[in-house]
Amino acid sequence: MIRVEGIHKSFGKVRAVRGVSFEAPDGKITGLLGPNGAGKSTTLRVLYTVLQPDKGRAFIDGADVVTQSLEARRRIGALPHGAGLYPHLTARENIAYYARLCGIEPGAIEDRVDGIIRLLEIRDFADRRTKGFSQGQRTKVAIARSLVHDPQNIILDEPSNGLDVMATRSLRDLILKLKDAGRCVLFSSHVMQEVAALCDDICIIADGQVAIDDSADGIRKRTGCDDLEDAFVRAIQMVGPA
Amino acid sequence: MMRTLLTVFRKEVLDNVRDRRTLVSALIMGPLFGPLLFAFMINLSIERSLEDAERVIDLPVIGQQHAPNLVRYLESRNIDAVEGPADRGAALAAVSTGAHDVVVVIPPEFAGQFADGIPARIEVIADQSNSQADRQARRVRGALHAYSGELASIRLSARGLSPLALRPLNIDDVDVSTPSGRSAILLGMMSYFLIFALLMGGMYLAIDTTAGERERGSLEPLLALPVTRNQLLLGKIAATCVFMALSLGLALGSFYVALKFMPLDELGMTPNFGPPTVAAAFLVLAPFILLGAAVMTLVASFTKSYREAQTWLSGVLLAPTLPILIVSILTLRPRLEFMFVPSLSQHLLLVDMVKNEPLEPLHVAISAGSTLLLGGLLTWVCARLYRREGLLG
Repeated sequence: MIRVEGIHKSFGKVRAVRGVSFEAPDGKITGLLGPNGAGKSTTLRVLYTVLQPDKGRAFIDGADVVTQSLEARRRIGALPHGAGLYPHLTARENIAYYARLCGIEPGAIEDRVDGIIRLLEIRDFADRRTKGFSQGQRTKVAIARSLVHDPQNIILDEPSNGLDVMATRSLRDLILKLKDAGRCVLFSSHVMQEVAALCDDICIIADGQVAIDDSADGIRKRTGCDDLEDAFVRAIQMVGPA
Repeated sequence: MMRTLLTVFRKEVLDNVRDRRTLVSALIMGPLFGPLLFAFMINLSIERSLEDAERVIDLPVIGQQHAPNLVRYLESRNIDAVEGPADRGAALAAVSTGAHDVVVVIPPEFAGQFADGIPARIEVIADQSNSQADRQARRVRGALHAYSGELASIRLSARGLSPLALRPLNIDDVDVSTPSGRSAILLGMMSYFLIFALLMGGMYLAIDTTAGERERGSLEPLLALPVTRNQLLLGKIAATCVFMALSLGLALGSFYVALKFMPLDELGMTPNFGPPTVAAAFLVLAPFILLGAAVMTLVASFTKSYREAQTWLSGVLLAPTLPILIVSILTLRPRLEFMFVPSLSQHLLLVDMVKNEPLEPLHVAISAGSTLLLGGLLTWVCARLYRREGLLG
């Protein structure tokens, strides 16, 4: 479970995040929705501990991302935006590297890597070097390696960017599988339809603030718009500029 | 801690062994560049020095008919007189345009002055700013002086005086430099080539640690793993060190082979560079590996991109030459305080080794200690920088 309590983050004069709070429970899919530059990535980067919030706190299964960052990272599988692979290593080696870094026992690594390769259906290209992989193949391998230590919380930053229909579909299946396994899945997107189709909870962010945090139906009701896209636009307008 | 470090280290080695660019710079460029340049320069200087003494040169001489004996004497010294420019004016023009290197002019009054026993005038026209021409002019002048000396002796004998009267002093040069010592002048550059090879070996790994990982987008997911950044950084620096050590070893090996096949004894040099010296040289340079890895990682961590890092690190490759150059120009002898300066201390110790002079244990200790200390300090700074948020760019 992920809990965010009023985090702020500025880069120089730019106030990227201004008091974001939400909760992403286990066994549910939570979507972080917002236009480009709304503060989605910054929020997620605070959660997977590569950035420190200026103010506010965030917890991963109760572990504070600032004071217990190592413990928090142990409970997270993160796919940063535009995550890259090591081109001279095969997909399997890329995944196994992360498995070893996460402290999985050397004897168990092979089984674990095989399991994750099966789960993500990447066996066909698992033993090829990742140089020259398509965007879809790269994303799958990057997700695979972030799941290799079997984390309870999964954070995906715009995972469907640059994916074709088939790849998007299998990504959706994977996210649903993770939900069924009782995991906490938090992902960001700027595509309303994608979020609506998958998420139990939608947190719309604009200008570094939470505009609305509800289910898809709840959002329709509260904005008074039947069409989700209109609802999205309305919700964003509800947040005034800084 | 150790396991993570080892994991990072193993992955970096595997990754870079598969990268042709790293391999070429670590295993070929660095280690072979120095020895090849060396072999080329030494062969060139051997050829020059052998050639200059013996080669027959054609010397345009104006007015040969006025001094047939002199012309014959020059021939015996491998200087053949040939037809030159028509007159003195044409000769001056020919030399200044470079058509001829040296022209000798024997004026018509030469024979008369010679017969009268007064100093007979002879002109050597050369451009002294041209080193190739000057070398020839020196040979011609030397031959003329020798001829003049011989004639003087004959004239003195003819008057019943001992030619020894012309030699009030008998000057003997005693050269205390040993053949190993003479090698040191040329081989002094070797230490720089070795440091160059060492740095080249780890350059791409050092870039990869920060700028490379960032540009590829693999840094952020790596930092989101449940490992500390210190472990990641130290693993990467360790891998950089191993590649640098490998390059250094190969460079020493190729120097050993190159020196074995070079006709150094023809230049009067016998460098002390057998297997024990090679091994000792590796140990003397080894502390520089940590320093090199830390400096390169540090510099690369300030850059925004791979390309920018490459540019800056090329500068780092040249930095160790500076102290070596200054000391070489001032021809300073090893002193205690020099041992605190990395690259300089290794250079001086290496020169002593090649000269086959005993090393001062205190010097070796200070050199290794101060270089390692600085390397450790910079590694610590790298680790601090690896923890900042700006690392992600």
